[in-house]
Amino acid sequence: MAESLFTIFLEGVFIKNFLLIQFLGLCSFVGVTKDLKSASGMSGAVVFVMAMAATVSFALYNFILVPLKLEFLRTIAFIVVIAALVQLVEFIVRKHVPALYRSLGIYLPLITTNCAVLGAVLLNVMNDYDLAQSVVFGVAAGLGYTVAMLMMAAIRERSDLVEVPKSVGRGVTYAFFIATIMSMSFVNFFGVIPLE
Amino acid sequence: MLINSIAVLAGLGFAVGVMLVIASKVFKIDSNPLIDDVASLLPGANCGGCGFAGCAACAEAIVEQGAPVNSCPVGGFEVAKQIGALLGQEVTESEKEFPFVRCQGGNQHCTTLYDYHGVENCKVALMLCDSRKGCTYGCLGLGTCVQACQFGALSMGEDGFPVVNKALCTSCGNCIAACPNGVLTFARDSEKVHVLCRSHDKGKDVKAVCEVGCIGCKKCEKECPAGAIRVTEFLAEIDQEKCTACGACVAICPQKAIELR
Repeated sequence: MAESLFTIFLEGVFIKNFLLIQFLGLCSFVGVTKDLKSASGMSGAVVFVMAMAATVSFALYNFILVPLKLEFLRTIAFIVVIAALVQLVEFIVRKHVPALYRSLGIYLPLITTNCAVLGAVLLNVMNDYDLAQSVVFGVAAGLGYTVAMLMMAAIRERSDLVEVPKSVGRGVTYAFFIATIMSMSFVNFFGVIPLE
Repeated sequence: MLINSIAVLAGLGFAVGVMLVIASKVFKIDSNPLIDDVASLLPGANCGGCGFAGCAACAEAIVEQGAPVNSCPVGGFEVAKQIGALLGQEVTESEKEFPFVRCQGGNQHCTTLYDYHGVENCKVALMLCDSRKGCTYGCLGLGTCVQACQFGALSMGEDGFPVVNKALCTSCGNCIAACPNGVLTFARDSEKVHVLCRSHDKGKDVKAVCEVGCIGCKKCEKECPAGAIRVTEFLAEIDQEKCTACGACVAICPQKAIELR
């Protein structure tokens, strides 16, 4: 095993953080972080989808696409899998947490096209991870997304109460300023795990 | 290879489809069928003019939370009547309100401070500097309201003003919300007399930048027989309840800032 599961986990959460280092899935990062509640709901949904997508895509890739030498179909096949999983999550959330369903609004179906999820499963394939590694990386990527989302939502909730220069503005402009600063601080994690 | 690819993708699609059908049966929710009926009557534009997240949310609010049946400004009286019939409520028609441009400075009468070459959006222009016009209250003329209209009811007129096409306008209020200077407001058709200026600057400052702005001279206030006009902070305002549309103020206004239509 080239990398230990623990290393993969830390990498997924901090060093390869999907939102702040790889800049994937930014639409939900800016769109659903106005309050902590919907940010945590969205993050939960993404963690679930990423873990499921990592498992299913691993099986799909290694047991169907590789034996049939159809690896080139992986992108479109993974998109189908992710879209189906998101639909499934939507059914479940709608049934059991209707309040969350309403607060997520358009962003729940948008996980379908959330590049972070597709990025996670494609990175699994590119890195030749086995099943355990894939799932750990999927969960870690989701948790990294959660960390960034919750920090962003917390900052935005607080900064709603302070004076912001008019030229900076509120909303999306301001969110990108915060994101930039957070991203710069996450770069400092690069040195934590020595690269072999 | 080709057959395999097609078979794999088709099989994948079929498997996923079957799974989703089963899931939709398992996680079916029993919603009030009335909500769907009301939602099917609404226009489905999801413009947000009603103040809810979309047409589905509006339908739910009407059925479950007792929102008024005429919540949808786009559907207007016709839709309200149908929803009322469905829910057993009497509906009376209220007069429609249209967006109204309260500025006549434009490119012709109001000075321009600098040549603006940027994104055609009033909000962006306002971020750059206070205003590209001499007057900080007036219409910037870059068409943010036109872009905000989902129904194609607004267009840019010759003099750099938005023109409202009442036949297409649905009174959703998106243009009014979009205007960063608050130049657009709702006005009823029965309201005949309007002050076409929003400037609270002193008369001298208004005259320096605009030929047709309200200078707060109070002539209209004295002239009005119905006492419907009040000048506050150098801007005349008309009390539409008292106004009899006699036209006295329009005749006396030295700046031609009041309109009788």
